[in-house]
Amino acid sequence: MTTESVSKGCFVFKPSTKKKKMTFTAADYFGEHVKDSKDSKVRFETYQTLWQQMKSEAEKIQEDLNRKVFDSLLEFIRKSHSNLLEKMDEWRHRMRATEIPAAALVLGVNVPDHAMTFQILSEQLRESVTPYVVSLEAKECQGVKHILQKVFGQLLGHSIRLEADDETDVQPHPAELRQKKMLCSLASLADWYTSVKRKTVSVMPGKKRSSPTAGHLQTPPVVIIFKDLESFHAKVLQDFIVICSQYVNQLPFTLIFGIATSSMTIHKTLPHSVSSLLCIELFQSVSCTEHLAAVIDKLVLTHSFPFRLNGKMLQVLITVFLYHDFSVRNFIKGLQLCIVEHFYSQPLSILCCSLDEAENRTKNLTHEKCEMIRQLPSFMRYVENQEPEKQVELLTSDTFLKKEIKTLLRHLHNYHENYIPVLRCLHALTTSLPKFPLGKQIRELHSACLERNVWESEEYTSAFQLLRMMAKDELVAALQKCCDVLKTSRVKQQADTLTKVEEFIDQLQKLDKIVEDETVAQKSLQKKTDLYQLQKTLLEMKDSRKSKKLSKFETLRLEVLDFIDSIVRMHLKPPEVMPLYEVVYFSGASTLRKHLNAAPRIALHTALNNPYYYLENEALKSEAGTISNSAPDICIAYKLHLECGRLINLCDWLEAFATVVAAASGVDPESDLVAGQVDETIHARFIRAVSELEFLGFVKPTKQKTDHVARLTWGGC
Amino acid sequence: MMTSLEHPGYPQDGLLRLEEKLLCRESQVSLLLSLFGEPHQYSYPSIFIYGHTTTGKTYVMQTVLAELELPHALVSCVECFTSRMLFEHILNKLQSYVTSSEISQSLYISCDSFSDFVRLFKQLISHQDLKNQTVYIVLDKAEQLREMEANLLPGFLRLQEMTDANVTVIFLTEIVWEKLHPNMGCFEPLILYFPDYSKVELQKILSHDHPSEYSAEFYAAYINILLGVFYTVCRDLKELKHLAAINFAKFCEPVTKGEATESDTRKLWKNIEPHLKTAMQTVYLREISSSQWEKLQQEDREAGQLKGLSAYAHVELPYYSKFLLIAGYLASYNPARTDRRFFVKHHGKIKKTKFLKKHEKTNNHLLGPKPFPLDRLLAIFYSIVDSRIAPTANIFSQISSLVTLQLLTLVGHDDQLNGPKYKCAVSLDFIRAVARTVSFDLIRYLYDFL
Repeated sequence: MTTESVSKGCFVFKPSTKKKKMTFTAADYFGEHVKDSKDSKVRFETYQTLWQQMKSEAEKIQEDLNRKVFDSLLEFIRKSHSNLLEKMDEWRHRMRATEIPAAALVLGVNVPDHAMTFQILSEQLRESVTPYVVSLEAKECQGVKHILQKVFGQLLGHSIRLEADDETDVQPHPAELRQKKMLCSLASLADWYTSVKRKTVSVMPGKKRSSPTAGHLQTPPVVIIFKDLESFHAKVLQDFIVICSQYVNQLPFTLIFGIATSSMTIHKTLPHSVSSLLCIELFQSVSCTEHLAAVIDKLVLTHSFPFRLNGKMLQVLITVFLYHDFSVRNFIKGLQLCIVEHFYSQPLSILCCSLDEAENRTKNLTHEKCEMIRQLPSFMRYVENQEPEKQVELLTSDTFLKKEIKTLLRHLHNYHENYIPVLRCLHALTTSLPKFPLGKQIRELHSACLERNVWESEEYTSAFQLLRMMAKDELVAALQKCCDVLKTSRVKQQADTLTKVEEFIDQLQKLDKIVEDETVAQKSLQKKTDLYQLQKTLLEMKDSRKSKKLSKFETLRLEVLDFIDSIVRMHLKPPEVMPLYEVVYFSGASTLRKHLNAAPRIALHTALNNPYYYLENEALKSEAGTISNSAPDICIAYKLHLECGRLINLCDWLEAFATVVAAASGVDPESDLVAGQVDETIHARFIRAVSELEFLGFVKPTKQKTDHVARLTWGGC
Repeated sequence: MMTSLEHPGYPQDGLLRLEEKLLCRESQVSLLLSLFGEPHQYSYPSIFIYGHTTTGKTYVMQTVLAELELPHALVSCVECFTSRMLFEHILNKLQSYVTSSEISQSLYISCDSFSDFVRLFKQLISHQDLKNQTVYIVLDKAEQLREMEANLLPGFLRLQEMTDANVTVIFLTEIVWEKLHPNMGCFEPLILYFPDYSKVELQKILSHDHPSEYSAEFYAAYINILLGVFYTVCRDLKELKHLAAINFAKFCEPVTKGEATESDTRKLWKNIEPHLKTAMQTVYLREISSSQWEKLQQEDREAGQLKGLSAYAHVELPYYSKFLLIAGYLASYNPARTDRRFFVKHHGKIKKTKFLKKHEKTNNHLLGPKPFPLDRLLAIFYSIVDSRIAPTANIFSQISSLVTLQLLTLVGHDDQLNGPKYKCAVSLDFIRAVARTVSFDLIRYLYDFL
């Protein structure tokens, strides 16, 4: 049996009468505080289906993004050795140094995401290139010995698995048994490899090609993945590569270096004598910001998922990403947290599902739910704007309310359907502007729209000022992009917009021809005139331009922009104006921040400074700044130590401690202290408190001064 | 041609083959042979051979022992990184010479300690097939022995004495004997030096093996050009050979296209010279790989189109990580006493010269980064970041991820509770680039640039 205790010692285990009293599933926790357990169950299920959809979508995105770099990497590994073997004539083969093919895979600093990438990579390698894939992590490889052990373990372990798959009933190969006893050296690995190769070659003709190994090459390379090159000891890596290079003719090694920073690291860790043994090719994976953009595009800016984030939440998640970790995985986890929290804390989230389903569920709403809806601020606002009779109906009749809810939900749905294509159109128009007044990324525009009426913002006006100065071809190109966006959206209302935009493009292009005609006419004029006449005509033209304030193009441009402005005003309202938006929008920014931005120091300080906060024991309630003498010893010691400087005199500390504690027990402290003697139990309690503080990292023993400890934190009170 | 290698103990044709294979190493080989004596004669107990990389130490030993069919075991000490592996490797190599049936071929000898090794070695040697010959043990990359058990080197030096058998141990290494010398009085081996190949010798060796389609003179001319470019930077024979192989196709190009004849040296030189110069900056430094280089040649593109490894020096970091790194850099290169001057608003005027002690006046960038405690890093971090940030777990985890990326390094013990100390491991150029992206005026905060 195991204990959770850190210390060693004797532990008593009572025989457990009931193995498990109750196993809570996640669903049970969902309904913990709510009476209506059926309801919470439905909510939990809705959450699960929704999350499954989003998760598979997120995985698909990653796969798509990685495909390009993975394909080229797999191609490289497949070809690396066959190239060496086949293409070269005999002379070249003899002259060329045998280099180990190596791929430098630059993945970016978002280290938490790498595990996923490597997992997919090694799966793909196993599937299509070679069964021999070894992945190494720096913390497991302190020496060459450990690397070799890992390589052996993963390769031989794999070969045993392969043999189990083959239904051939032979007992383990004698050679293999022997190797287990043998020390891990590459020489024995080479022996193993040749024996396995011989075996597969002899088996191959008899077997059909349909076996899972069909995609593998005749001599499958041995791929070794170094997951985090930066953390490997340079010496270990160098030695390993030198050893590998001696065996590369027998064992077709291919190395993959996972690099988080930049490819310069290779030159930093490997001296020329070692890097000359490698044939390094660089592979750059998609940057994490691109990955995030794709994720936001597919998970947030879409109406296929009913759940939505409000502006603040999105801001929190993006801030964590940009300012702290660059990790897309954490972003998705944060998103998941939002969804769980929404379904958990908002009872009305039961309506947060697809439109048809929501309509169904509306029918079965209980009276309490109806009341809840009536309490929603957005709904109350809506009711206020209705006629008096309708107001009464809405507030009294449940059936009428339900009917109204249905239409409101449909409105909300339509709003989202229209919102996204219009947002994309606006983004398409404004990305080409200098200085990006409305943001370079669509997510910036999105959060701006979520927060307020975007058309009232300064950025919006400046963007439109710039748009009004756009040249024709630029405008046409931007409109063309809008068209593409609208074509993909397939929403009825947007069809009208689409035709309108296409008309505009048409007109603009026609304008092109007209203008061309004019210039041609001018040219023909110019040919005949002499210098004086030319000057005259030019002056005339100048005058005419002044008087004719706007050319045809300019008027058209204004028309286009007015149209765009109108659709923006119509569709890009912030969600708060929509009634019932609370059902699908999650707005607990503070909860999310608390969960994602854990602050251990602050939590520790609160726990020690104000024990009531966590323990919720009435006796511990005290005013700020004072030391409650009934508080746990460690709290008292902590509070006293906050008042000290960098070095704390233990004796003074003990005396202060004894005074506080004695006040609690009602003993007159003076009587003891006069004798200069402190009660032994208090002494012991003090020592324990101090050592606990030391364990928590607040103080440490010091040699600077006798009987003193050093404070390790600064600031304090 | 008269053979310069003559030795009564060995067959003439073997010596001839040796001479053919071992160019420019005649004097060393003949010295070795005279040391070895005839197969049955005892040789010197231990021989120490040193010289730079690719001066043919290993190759000479390998060829001599193989061609003359002497029983030997050649082991690389890098590969056999424990003494156990070393012993077993030697014993099993020697076992393969024993052909008789009493010891089965497949039996693997395992051996743990030096005394075991001596015992097993004696057993093997006493065998019929090895009895009347000198057995050679060659330890390649012998400098690695320094890092293994202390008894290995003295033991191998005296192996002949200990086993009382006809055995010679040869050490091959790149370092001089004095550096390998153990403290205790031990047996002094015979020291041999393999000098570097001269340019003429390199030319001779490289042009020895020419492709069959072209004449020897043509290839020699090519090697001459190649050496002219590369000799100043690289004397590594292996590397030169490799470079010769991957660039030869380009050299032949005018000939195969019919634009020039084999004797048209000037034209060929004009064609190849700039090409070799770019090769020196790219392939030789492993900026781009050899196979990529060859592909470039085939497609007849300029090497500039393919960016080398160093082109991707840019590292993207999260916003606060950048500031943490900058704070780390400042903490590493500024004396702690100057922090007040840089980060406190009303510090008053402090003159540089009067303010500091003498030893602090030297340029800190010449001395390298100094360790700093975590608290100082955080204090600087909070004063250079504009916004207020709580000391959340996210900030602390960024510090440790900077450590895993080797941008900061943890100094000394790794006890996280006891006030860890760090050093900043990035260059000034790197940190300036980072500072530029967050528009932080780094130079104003560096003491060295005041």
